[in-house]
Amino acid sequence: MTPILAAFPPEAVKHAINAATKPYWFITLATIGFFLMFILYKWWTRPAIFWTIFGLFLIGYFGSIDDANFRSIVAKPDNVPITMMVISVGLCLWLGLRRAAINDSRVAAGLPLSEEDRDDKVLVWPDLVYSELICLVLATAGLFLWAIVSKAPLEQPANPGYAPNPAKAPWYFLGLQEMLVYFDPWMAGVVYPGLIILGLAAMPFIDVNPRGNGYYTLRERPFAIITWMFGFLILWVLLIFFGTFLRGPNWSFFGPYQYWDPHKAEALNNIDISHMFWIDIMHRARPTADSNPIGALPFWLVREWLGFVIVAAYFFLLPIFLRFTIFKRLYENMGAIRYAVMVMLLLFMALMPIKMVLRWLFNLKYFIYLPEFNANL
Amino acid sequence: MGLLDSPLNYFRNSQVWNSIFRHGVPRDRRTRVMAVMSNVFLHLHPVAVRKSGIRLSFTWCMGGLTFFLFLAEVVSGVLLMFYYRPVIEYAYQDIQDLRAHVTLGLLREIHRWGAHAMIISIWLHMMRVFLTGSYKPPREFNWVVGTILLVLTMLLSFTGYLLPWDQLAIWAITVGSNMAKATPLVGAGGPFAKVMMFPGTDVPMIHAGSDARFFLLAGTFVGENALLRFYVLHCVFIPCIVTVLIAIHFWRIRKDGGISGPL
Repeated sequence: MTPILAAFPPEAVKHAINAATKPYWFITLATIGFFLMFILYKWWTRPAIFWTIFGLFLIGYFGSIDDANFRSIVAKPDNVPITMMVISVGLCLWLGLRRAAINDSRVAAGLPLSEEDRDDKVLVWPDLVYSELICLVLATAGLFLWAIVSKAPLEQPANPGYAPNPAKAPWYFLGLQEMLVYFDPWMAGVVYPGLIILGLAAMPFIDVNPRGNGYYTLRERPFAIITWMFGFLILWVLLIFFGTFLRGPNWSFFGPYQYWDPHKAEALNNIDISHMFWIDIMHRARPTADSNPIGALPFWLVREWLGFVIVAAYFFLLPIFLRFTIFKRLYENMGAIRYAVMVMLLLFMALMPIKMVLRWLFNLKYFIYLPEFNANL
Repeated sequence: MGLLDSPLNYFRNSQVWNSIFRHGVPRDRRTRVMAVMSNVFLHLHPVAVRKSGIRLSFTWCMGGLTFFLFLAEVVSGVLLMFYYRPVIEYAYQDIQDLRAHVTLGLLREIHRWGAHAMIISIWLHMMRVFLTGSYKPPREFNWVVGTILLVLTMLLSFTGYLLPWDQLAIWAITVGSNMAKATPLVGAGGPFAKVMMFPGTDVPMIHAGSDARFFLLAGTFVGENALLRFYVLHCVFIPCIVTVLIAIHFWRIRKDGGISGPL
């Protein structure tokens, strides 16, 4: 190992990356990058530019294997799929937006779409059958190669009395496990997965835009694409990456070049809205069954009234407000039922980043804190 | 033509060959059409497709790859079943023996990496279908079928995760199945369960021995019942449903107008 390679990446870069991957920076920067990606999609998808960015990323990623802490995360057998996911999602994203950029430029110039060939048909034998065969052979070879190079992970025999730290779900659920930092299990583990499935299934019925059917485009359906891709790339793929690579013992954050120190202590000073209202503003203890200022109402309702008002306004008043403002035309196109379903899904999705930001800025724990029913939001 | 002059032609003109393939060598349009139509596997395809629709940069081959990986999982999975017993006394030892004693011990590697790859390829297939707007009419229902297949694929992977019975397995399933405990109304640790009592008593309706997690694990922790339950779900129950849904998925591609393209 030459000294130059041993020093890759330089310590200063490692520190910068460790700092930039802290949850608030990482997700904020990724979100900014996400929107820039769509604004500049005709520029960065040009092959020369994409391959330069992608090449630099690969050099930085695989070059960092030399760092012992980075290697211990990336080379862990069950984390290999994360590397595959990052690379293949990146490539497919480029392919899709590249073709969207070409199509959008062609449409702007009055040319037909690159997929416009309804009368140009080829026979399945040989054109399709042979390319399927080639894909099958390559996939088989790739799978065998992967199986030969990399052993399937097998740890110590199961021991119900000894929990590893951190105990992680299978990697494809780690976005949801990361959500547990911000939400209780009933939201992150039950309501959100359910809404993701229902929302995906409902999508063809709430997307009434007839354009962009059967070809790549961004300009003809920007709202649908940016919303869906935000859910997939930021709230699913990025959070999986975050949960697998950057969460260590006790689910503490560790940068990619940091040692997973099990004794890292993090301050737990998160507070609820009811705490902010009663203790910080009213300067008194939160109401209990014995000290209820409005006896006619249940004490938990009095205690959490502000949280209830905020959540109710978010889910019931905001849709009405949006219907008369930025979603006016959308509402007229969709009708009431489709709009109601769409806006609910959208608001639930937006609640994830909203709660993250509130946590980072105000240490907010719960909007509504109801230990009486185990129903904290 | 004799057997020795041209063996290939001899067999291709024999009664046995012609009884299997009822068309000539696919060299002209007619026989190429026949090759697809008269073959039970190939006839999933139409005889002709849009040229743009089969370009690799259009489909990324991700749907086909997902199907290939499913087949690879079935084949390697059935072979694994010869070597594996889903009881806690043997499960871990059987996995170790697979590694150490089975010739060309790659079965579990192929099965595990194939499963991970299938998860990624099904996401990318979904992303492609989304970006091309191929879920729009008339393909709405097939998108819904695809969504169910996505969920079942992840459940297949999740149930299979437990079977090696190592630390990785039971703790990942413990973390995952603890979510079921938090289900509103039907999970013992979830919203409202602790205020639901049988009328006139303080006997809870939902407790650790009757809630959603108990239903999933057949116990209050990840133990031998959970292993057997996950094994049956993984090897029989979910694959059967997936097979039926794949058939519907493919059939509907044809019925909804084949590979998508500009209308």
